[in-house]
Amino acid sequence: MSEVLTALKAKFPQATDRPSSDHPAVNVPIGELVAVLGHLRDTGYDLLMDMTAIDWAEGASPRFTVVYHVMRSTKGGDYVRVAANCASATDPVVPSVVSLWPGADWHERECYDMFGIKFEGHPDLRRILMWDGYPYFPLRKEFPLAGIETPLPDAEITAETGAKVIAAPMQGGPFVASPGEVNLTDAEPRAKDESWSDRRPQPGQEPLKQVKE
Amino acid sequence: MATEFSFPDTAAKNAAGEFETEKMSLSMGPSHPSTHGVLRLQMELDGEILTKCDPILGYLHRGDEKIAENMTYNQFVPYTDRLDYLAPLANNMAYAIAVERLAKLEVPARCQAIRAITAEMARISSHLMGLGAFGIDTGAWTVFMYCFTEREKLYKLFEELTGARFTTSYTRIGGLQRDVPEGWTARVNAFCDQFLPILDEILALLTRNKIFMDRTVDVGIISKADAIAYGLTGPNARGSGVTIDLRKDKPYSGYEQYEFDVPVGTKGDCYDRYLVRGEEMKQSVRILKQAIAKFPGGPWYATDAKRIFGPPKEKVMSSMEELIQNFMLVTEGPQMPAGEVYFEAENPKGILGFYIVSKGGGVPYRMKIRSPSFCNLSILPKLCVGNLVSDVVSILGSLDFVMGECDR
Repeated sequence: MSEVLTALKAKFPQATDRPSSDHPAVNVPIGELVAVLGHLRDTGYDLLMDMTAIDWAEGASPRFTVVYHVMRSTKGGDYVRVAANCASATDPVVPSVVSLWPGADWHERECYDMFGIKFEGHPDLRRILMWDGYPYFPLRKEFPLAGIETPLPDAEITAETGAKVIAAPMQGGPFVASPGEVNLTDAEPRAKDESWSDRRPQPGQEPLKQVKE
Repeated sequence: MATEFSFPDTAAKNAAGEFETEKMSLSMGPSHPSTHGVLRLQMELDGEILTKCDPILGYLHRGDEKIAENMTYNQFVPYTDRLDYLAPLANNMAYAIAVERLAKLEVPARCQAIRAITAEMARISSHLMGLGAFGIDTGAWTVFMYCFTEREKLYKLFEELTGARFTTSYTRIGGLQRDVPEGWTARVNAFCDQFLPILDEILALLTRNKIFMDRTVDVGIISKADAIAYGLTGPNARGSGVTIDLRKDKPYSGYEQYEFDVPVGTKGDCYDRYLVRGEEMKQSVRILKQAIAKFPGGPWYATDAKRIFGPPKEKVMSSMEELIQNFMLVTEGPQMPAGEVYFEAENPKGILGFYIVSKGGGVPYRMKIRSPSFCNLSILPKLCVGNLVSDVVSILGSLDFVMGECDR
């Protein structure tokens, strides 16, 4: 076990080892998250490289885990992974670390945008990649890969044009296979078009015959 | 005799606060030449000075992380091209190494050397593009033309190696798409030889250029503490004096064999970031020359990983066992153990990281892409405030970001 983890666990007895094959990793209770990360920051791990969440799917307990990777700014490549489980599956709340790293601002906004995890104490928690008012959290496991049809963000334009965001616009279209449907040649008549081929019969020429053995 | 104009009333009225002033709201982008893609800045202006800047992202959001959860590891390689699309080879390498770390797989020396060479070439081409665009932003057209001529030569070499100029998809988990063609390394070497004098010429167009210096020196200063607090990486952080370069600090893909210096700025203004990029290209050439000089032989893919890297194509069609191996690999994907891995590589734009959670099998359970452009842009609301609108153009040019990577 690395020195940083020994020191960390001496200070925070509730922290437990997280199975890891690459970097020192630790699981902490969600209540101690800010204290642990603050301690790491003050002991040299002052770069918050990455912050993200994992959704362990509906019905799992715990459902959401937040994972932080911190690194030394004096020498790159020494990481510590800190993970914490959210208490609630329906209304996940995590304390914000924007007070420690202003750079955590966008990471937490992205995490909220994609998973619906609320960050307590975040100065301006709103969506960042999707538009304001988008009704879903796309990286949750129950959200389908093809997407879900939604109205466009601008209500006035939507009312006038009737336009909407169509989920998976290519689905069922030419050259797109979907399970349980007809094969591509039937779905796409253009695939049978042989007008481009030099094997098609030329005017005034006998059709080519299939040669059998 | 020249008439002297004066407006005695104005100063007095201004001091007394009799003029009505109101702040103006201005939207820059998403389609604006200086936003290098589809970034939108919602700015609040007091005259010409920014009082607030709110970047609006997401115009290029494609849900790469969601897509990754739904396909095998090798199928995701083409998606990594489209992260930082100005340096696809570097992204390919970072992704491949991340997955190999998960499988605890070490690729042979030749494969590592090829990857390092392609990554350094990608760095040069990315910096050339960044430099050219920065030149245009600050009113220097010629630099752009010079840079694109050189970049084109690199793209010819990429095409010869991978079959594609732009979206290369060159790496596979445990190896590469193919070995280098005959005589290719010699042509890379020839490129390096002719590139250095031209690079000096390009940099000489800007380095002591009065207009360029007026636009960049002391503009957009990022302190070292700010660079760390906002998680800046790459040339943007090194311009502010942060010395992190993962190729040096935690070498991967054989970088420990090569001798090179890490240029670091002192002040952290736009001019420092420009200088760092210029010097980095020279160091990349140094690495390229060393890598080519000691270019190792041997296999170019991991030969001992049957469930991860496919058999040679000529054997697939002639031998039963290889056919089955190929079939299993294509249908089920490279087989990975359960666990989690976080790997970061020093890309041209900064540190690109992949966090992969696996439950075993050929598909990741969760993949997070830590994109350098996203983190580098997060300092904008702080950096732009107090600057002129025209300085924002310089600042954006000096940050050298790519929205494909920022929005993922």
